[in-house]
Amino acid sequence: MKNSRLSKKSSNGSHALSTTIVTNGHLTHRDAKPVPANQRQLKFGNKWSYAPAPESNSFVQLQKRYDLFINGKFVTPTSKKYFDSINPANENKLAEIAAANAHDVNQAVTAARRAYEKVWSKISPRERAKYLYRIARIIQEKSRELAIMETMDGGKTIKESRDVDIPLVAAHFFYYAGWADKLNYAFPGRTPRSIGVVGQIIPWNFPLLMAAWKLAPALACGNTVVLKPAETTSITAMHLAQILQEAELPDGVVNIVTGAGETGRAVVEHSDINKLAFTGSTEVGKLIAKQVAGTKKKLTLELGGKAAHIIFEDAPIDQAIEGIVGGIYFNQGHVCCAGSRLLVQEGVYSTVIRKLRDRIATLRVGDPLDKNTDIGAINSKPQLEKIRSLVQSGVEEGAKLEQSSCPLPRRGYFYPPTFLTDVTASHRIAREEVFGPVLSVMTFRTPEEAIERANNTPYGLSAGVWTDKGSKIFKIVNKMRAGVVWANTYNKFDPTSPFGGYKESGFGREGGLQGLLPYLTLD
Amino acid sequence: MATLLSSPKRLDVHKTYKLFIGGKYVRSESGHSIPALSEKGKVLDNVCRATRKDFRDAVVAARAAFGGWAKNSAYLRSQILYRTAEMLQNRREELIQELIRSTGVTRSQAEKEVTLSIDRLVYFAGWSDKYTQIFGSVNPVASSHFNFSTLEPTGVVAAFLPDLPALLPAITLMATTILSGNTVILIGSERYPLPIVTFAEIISTSDIPGGVVNILTGKRSELVSHAASHMDVNAIVNAPEFRNCIKLCMKAACLI
Repeated sequence: MKNSRLSKKSSNGSHALSTTIVTNGHLTHRDAKPVPANQRQLKFGNKWSYAPAPESNSFVQLQKRYDLFINGKFVTPTSKKYFDSINPANENKLAEIAAANAHDVNQAVTAARRAYEKVWSKISPRERAKYLYRIARIIQEKSRELAIMETMDGGKTIKESRDVDIPLVAAHFFYYAGWADKLNYAFPGRTPRSIGVVGQIIPWNFPLLMAAWKLAPALACGNTVVLKPAETTSITAMHLAQILQEAELPDGVVNIVTGAGETGRAVVEHSDINKLAFTGSTEVGKLIAKQVAGTKKKLTLELGGKAAHIIFEDAPIDQAIEGIVGGIYFNQGHVCCAGSRLLVQEGVYSTVIRKLRDRIATLRVGDPLDKNTDIGAINSKPQLEKIRSLVQSGVEEGAKLEQSSCPLPRRGYFYPPTFLTDVTASHRIAREEVFGPVLSVMTFRTPEEAIERANNTPYGLSAGVWTDKGSKIFKIVNKMRAGVVWANTYNKFDPTSPFGGYKESGFGREGGLQGLLPYLTLD
Repeated sequence: MATLLSSPKRLDVHKTYKLFIGGKYVRSESGHSIPALSEKGKVLDNVCRATRKDFRDAVVAARAAFGGWAKNSAYLRSQILYRTAEMLQNRREELIQELIRSTGVTRSQAEKEVTLSIDRLVYFAGWSDKYTQIFGSVNPVASSHFNFSTLEPTGVVAAFLPDLPALLPAITLMATTILSGNTVILIGSERYPLPIVTFAEIISTSDIPGGVVNILTGKRSELVSHAASHMDVNAIVNAPEFRNCIKLCMKAACLI
C-alpha cells in the first residue's frame, strides 16, 4: 500500500527522474543523473502516513482519588485538599491527588523513623534483599499496566514507557536488591551503615523510574524513606505504593506524600530527616542546598543539564543523526541529560543539518498511547509555555528556526521537533535548559575548540561524542567536565552505571556501586 | 478399585534417576547403574553410573552452551538464577523429603538446608552484575594508552560434589560457576546422589538453558581422571577425597 502510493506520487510528480523504483520503502533512481547529496530531498514527505495503533488502556483501573501512603496505609490528607492530575495529551482530568501539608509530612517522617528503629534497621540484609527482589518481580508482572498509566499521566510515548522506563524500574530494584547483603564487599575494610530516614523529591520526566532510582538504593542500604513525587505525575507512584503493600514491605519503610512545592518544602525542612536526595531543577536545588546548609542532613542533588553533543567529521554520520535525534527528542526532550547543544565540526555541518532536517520530518508527534508515536505530549502547560518562550528568545536573538511541519493534535500540549541553527554560545537558547524537543546547533573547527565550547556551561551532567577514531574518544572524554559521557551512542541507562553531575548539575551518583554511597555512612 | 488403592499392599512406583546432559534426561550409555543407598544402607533407587563417554557428552553439551550463556547480559543471568530460587521455593517440600529419605537428616535439618539453598541462590543471583565492578579496574598506566582489566568466565567447569551436605554445596558450586557465564558439569555424590538429581528437575524448569548445568552420577573414582585429562575442561572444582585429589592433580598436571 505504502509502496504503490509512493510510486504513484513519483510518476505524477514534477521532478525529472525517468524512473523511480521503490524497494522496501527506500527510493532508488535509475536512468537519471545522480542527484548531488546536498540537493536530495525526501520523496515520501508527509505521504508516509500510519494507521492509528493505539495501545488499549481498557484494563487499567485508575482511581478517582489517590490518598497519601503513610505507615503502610492510604490516608486522607489532613487538609482534605486534593488537586487534579491531567492527561497532558488530551487535557482530561485523570484523578485527584492528595495535597500533603507539613502535618502529613510529619506523620510520614514519624512512621519512617519508627519503621527504621523497630524493623528495617534490624532485619537481616538478606531479608531486605528479598523484599526488593519481590518488588522488582511484581513490577515486571504489572509492567504493561504501569507503562500505560505512566503514558497517560505524563504524556510520554507508550513505546518509551513500555520499552525503557518500566523495564529499567524493575532492573533498578533487581540490581540494588542484590547489593543489600553485599555492602561489605562494595567497601572492603569499611563498615557500611544505614543513615536513617531519607527524604526524596523526584521530578516529573521519568516518574516511576526516578522513584526506583531513589528508593532501590536507599532501601537496599537499610534506610527508610519519605518520597515526594512531582505534582503532575503522582499516579504511578501511588500504584507503586500498592505494589509495596502487595510485597508485604513492613509498614512505614516507604511513605509517599504527594503535593507541590509546599509539600516538598516540608520534607526538606523536617528536622528528623537524615538525608535528602533531590532530582529536579538547578534553581530549586540551590534553594534546597541553602536550606540544608548548617544542618546535619546529608544531601545529594541531581539537577539540570545542557549537554554538548559533539559530531566530528570522521563520525558515522547516519548513526550520529539517530544519536542526535535520540539525544534530544527522546521523552519530548524532558531529559536532564538531553543532548541539547549540538556541536558539529564544520566539514560535515551542511550534511548533518540536511540529514537532521529530513529525519525530524519523519518523526510522528501525537497520541502518546499510539505505538507508532515518536514524540508524545509535553508534560504540562507551563512547561509548553516555557519551551515556546525560550525558542522565541532564540529567534529574537538571531537564531534560525527549523521545525518539523508535522501536524499537531488540537487538544493537549504538543510541540514539534525543533532545532535552531546560527546559535551562538551567548544565546539564552544555548545556555538555559529548555527541557523540551529543542536543539541548538553550533559549529567548531578543532577538537580543542569542541572541548572548550562543550565545557562552556554552568552545567555538567552529560555529553556525547561521535567519531570513529578511538583515541579521539578517550582524549575528548577525559577533558569533558560532565558526569556521563556517551561515545557513539546517547541516552543509554543501566542500573549498573553511575549517573550524576559536575558543577551546577549537582553532586552524588545514582546507579552502580557508587550509587550506594549517598545512602551509607562508612565507619 | 478403592480397596486396591487403600490396600497396604499397594506397590509404590519407583523412579528411574537419569543423567542430566544438555537439558535432557538420558541413561548412561554404559547401561550400568549403582544403587542409591539410604543412610542406613537400604537401597532406595538406582542411579546411572556415568562413564567416560557420558562425561564427554556432558563436556560437549557444556561447551556448546557456553558461548550463548556467557554472552547473555549479566542482568539476564541474574534473573535466571533468581528464577531458580523461585522454582526451588515452590518445590521445597520435595527436596526436604529427598534429603530426609536419602541422608537420614532430621526434618528440621533438611528444612534448614533447603531454605539456605534457596537464599544462597538469591544471594549469588545478585553477584552476576556486581563482581566485575569490584574486581575489574581501569589501570593508571604511565604511558598514554588506555588499559583496563576485566574478569571473564573460564569456560567449562567440572565440579565434584561432596557427600554431605547433599544439597547446599551442589547449589553453591552451581551458582558460583554459572553466575559469571561458565557452564558446569556437576558430578554428584556417590553416597547420596538423589537430592542433586532431583534438583536437576528444578533446573530444567527454571529458564537455565540446556547444557549450562549438567549432572552426572556414578563412581567418582572412575570419572575423576577423565575430568582431569579432558582437554576441553577449563577448570575443576572441589575433589572431595584426598586420594582422588592427588590423582586429579597428577593427571591435570600433564595438561599444563
